[in-house]
Order: sequence, then structure tokens, then C-alpha cells
Amino acid sequence: MKTERAESSIVPVSVIVLLILVSWYVAAIFMNTVVAQPKIDAAGGGLANTINVSWSLDRPVIPAPHQVVVEVWKTVFTVAPWKVKSLVYHIWVTLSSTLLGFVLGTLLGIALAVAIVHVSILRRSLMPWIIASQTIPILAIAPMIIVVLGAVGITGLLPKSIISMYLCFFPVTIGMVKGLTSPDPMQLDLMRTYSASTSQVLWKLRFPASMPFLFASLKVAIAIALTGAIVGELPTGAQSGIGSRMLAGSYYGQTIQIWSALVAASAVAAGLVYGVGGIERLVATRMGARP
Amino acid sequence: MKLSPLREIFAPALFGVIVIAFWQFFVRYFEVPFVIFPAPTDIGAKLSSSIPTLYADFVQTFIRAVIPGWIIGSLSGFLVALLCDRYGFLRRGLLPLGNLAAALPIVGVAPILVMWFGFDWQSKAAMVVVMTFFPMLVNAVAGLQASGHLERDLMRSYGASWFQTLLKLRLPAAMPFIFNALKINSTLALIGAIVAEFFGTPIVGMGFRISTEVGRMGLDMVWAEITVAALVGSAFYGLLVALERWVTFWHPSYRK
Repeated sequence: MKTERAESSIVPVSVIVLLILVSWYVAAIFMNTVVAQPKIDAAGGGLANTINVSWSLDRPVIPAPHQVVVEVWKTVFTVAPWKVKSLVYHIWVTLSSTLLGFVLGTLLGIALAVAIVHVSILRRSLMPWIIASQTIPILAIAPMIIVVLGAVGITGLLPKSIISMYLCFFPVTIGMVKGLTSPDPMQLDLMRTYSASTSQVLWKLRFPASMPFLFASLKVAIAIALTGAIVGELPTGAQSGIGSRMLAGSYYGQTIQIWSALVAASAVAAGLVYGVGGIERLVATRMGARP
Repeated sequence: MKLSPLREIFAPALFGVIVIAFWQFFVRYFEVPFVIFPAPTDIGAKLSSSIPTLYADFVQTFIRAVIPGWIIGSLSGFLVALLCDRYGFLRRGLLPLGNLAAALPIVGVAPILVMWFGFDWQSKAAMVVVMTFFPMLVNAVAGLQASGHLERDLMRSYGASWFQTLLKLRLPAAMPFIFNALKINSTLALIGAIVAEFFGTPIVGMGFRISTEVGRMGLDMVWAEITVAALVGSAFYGLLVALERWVTFWHPSYRK
């Protein structure tokens, strides 16, 4: 059933992607005229020259897709990974703080959910504040958090990870509260007839039952953890990371560099979500939920 | 067992008061330096003394960028979802891409949009449009498929046209999903507008104020701005929740 659906969507997806690419190339001609027109005139005008010039500008308004691909290729494969010019180096910096923040946020989220499920006074007093905490645009105050933590002497990886953590814990808490309360009353009654203690109910019934909810939340959480890490790199004038590449690119008008950083970020995001999906399948198989 | 509304508000309110009191006590007792944590009373004083500035920032960021961007982004997401619903080919092609885009760090396009649309509110509104489009698309497509086969068959037996079925059955059934997207978008929109301001702004706006005041170590102003952002964000969200209750009164989660 699943493979059949995947196959039937390959054709439509490729058609849409193709359409996007074509309109991107067309847009590259029209949006670049401001920069490209003098050069086109100098080359003698005509369609061939227009295409030639507007798809190979140094600082285009919008680069043609192949320019971005070439830039990504150059910065990934032709530079040693530990050099500052290498994209792999920047990806690694961002990835490490993303993963640290993700782990911290997941642990905090699960701990909060366990507390909320077991202590009814917390459910009433804490839950509204957890929701309110997300209306604070944390990404906007990221610079302040990094400056404040820097003033206390915490620098490097941790401040960025704390922003990721703050963003991550929310979906995990919400999902886990739902997941931990998902066993139906009959199963809870059965545990009571076994005279299981609270912690036994938690480990043997509530946790296993909450796994689908946990992984659904984790997929959301890891994506926003990456966003948090990237934004965390913007305001501090960080020397490395995907976010600092974007900022440097926007300061110096290096559009191709911004786009290649964007492509790198997207690839990392897709890889991370896919990785979480893989772990989910592994866990489901171990638990016997899948053959 | 439902608590009375007054008591439902009382517990979290008490919790909040305790946190603020503890914050005040902690800052004063340990003489925490101002640049790390200003006391709540300092923030309150700054808040009341700089209302004109805060109001100007609020208008620039919220009224000019967030609201139009949120409306345009959500509306266009919804319209594309309708198209997807009408044409299965488009749905099978766009939905996987939409799901992918929902996981991407979309704030990354902020520098590009600032370059294209200039420093003023237009680029921020464009950022909000881009951020709010995909959640609405994905949710609305899911919502439009939420009505059951039985109900659709009933509409067909009435001889209802596609449009009538949409208006009378499928749109109402999709409302919980659409409101879910609207609520997600309300927080995303504020974040998008503020982050876009980091990449260049005129000298007004919440993101601009926060980044410059951090540079000048004016932490009380930063916190005042955060308070405004949190209040506005909560009010926006609360308004949507009230609207949702009114529109989807039939949903199981609101039945008494």
C-alpha cells in the first residue's frame, strides 16, 4: 500500500519540481536585468547573450540553479573539511549545536511531561505557562540570551544549544503529555489489578504507549532545533556555522553564498528528519509493532 | 469534572506571581548585575516610560508586517489547498514538497527577501507570507479530506454540486485543521517578522530595537519589548482560540 502510494507520487512530484526549476531559470533572466542589462548590451544583445550573461553573474539578484549547485560542489568537495572556506565545516558547527540542543530539549520535554501527568497541581498551573512560553518570540531574543550567557562566561556551543532546547521542548512536552495519557482506562485498570506501582505503570505501560506521539514530536522538534541553531548564529557575529555564512553573504552581497548555505541547511534538515524516522522504524521493530 | 473559569485562571496566575516575586527577590538579594537580569520593577518602569517608542515598534512590526503577511500567507496557502483538492495530480505533486518545506529552516530566506524587497516592512511581510504558506497548505489539504465517505455520499445523493459540497460539508469539517494552522502561523509570523529585521531595517521595529538595545546593554528596554511581544502574541493566539470556539462549536473537544 505504502510503496504503491510512493510510486504514484513520483511523476507529479518530478513534474512540479521541473516546473519550479524552469520558472526559476526564467525568473533569473527577468529579475537579473537590473544588474545584467549593461553587460548584455556590451556583449551585443540578443537572446543567447541575455541567457549567457544573466545565468552566470557574479552577484546576481537571483542565481540560476546550476550556479548554486556549482558553489555547493566547490565548497563541499574541493576544500578540505576543516578549513573555514569549506561548507562541511560550517555544517558541522551548526549540526553539533543542533544535536546538543535537541537532546537537552527532548530530555527537558519528557521530564516536564512526566511531571505534568503525575502531579495534578502542575497540570493546572504549569501548562498555561508552557503554552505562553512559546508566544515569546525566542528567536527574536536569541541575541540577548547569547550576550547574557556570554557575560556569565558561557560561550561556544552551549548558548546556541540553549536556544534550540527552548524551541524543542515544547512539541515534545505537548506530544508526550498526550502520549503518556493515551493508555485507555481498561489498561490502567489491568495494571492496578497487578498492583503495579506508579513507576511500573510509567515504564511498562505509559512509555511504550507514548512512542508514536514521541516520534511525531521529535520530527517537529529536530527541524526547529536546526532553525534555532541557525538563528542563534546570526546576531552574535559568530565566525562559523550556516547562519554566519548567510549573514556574511548578506553583508557582502554574495547571493550565491546565501543560496548555497540555504541548500546546505535544507539538506541537513531533510537528513535529520529522515534520521529520526529511521530511529522510529527501528524502535517500532524492536517493540514488535512492525514485522 | 470541570473547574469554574475563575479557579482555572487562579492556579496559573498564582504560579506566575510566585515566579515574578521570586525573580525580583533573587535579583535584589544577590545583587545580580543589571546587564544579566534586570528586576521586574526596572522592566515595568521602562515599559511605562517608553510607551511611544514601544507603540511605534508595535505598529511597524505587527500592524504593517505581521498582520498583512499572515493574512496573505494563510489565504494563499488555503487557495492552493483548494486547487490541490480539486486536482489530484497537483496534490500528489505539491504535498510531499509542502511537507518537506515545513521541516526546512525557512527563516534562512530572510536575507534574500530583504535584498529583494528592501529594508522596510514589505520584506518582513514577504517573510511572513513565506513562513505561513506551507503550514496552511498542509493542514488545509488534510482538513478538506477529513469529512467521511458516508457524508460525502449523502451529499451526492442530494445531487449537490462540488461547490455546494465544499461549502456545506467539507469546509466546516476542515475548520479545526484550518484553525490549527492559523494558530501555528500566529506565532511563526511574529518570529519571521522579527528575525527578518535582523538583516536590515529602518530605525523602528521590535527586532531592530532588540538588537540595538542588546548592543547598548539596555536590557530593561529589551525585556520591555519582549513583554510587549509576549502580550501581543498571547492576545493574538487567544483571539484565534475564541474564534475557533465560536466557529467549530460542534467539535467534540468543546462539547459539554
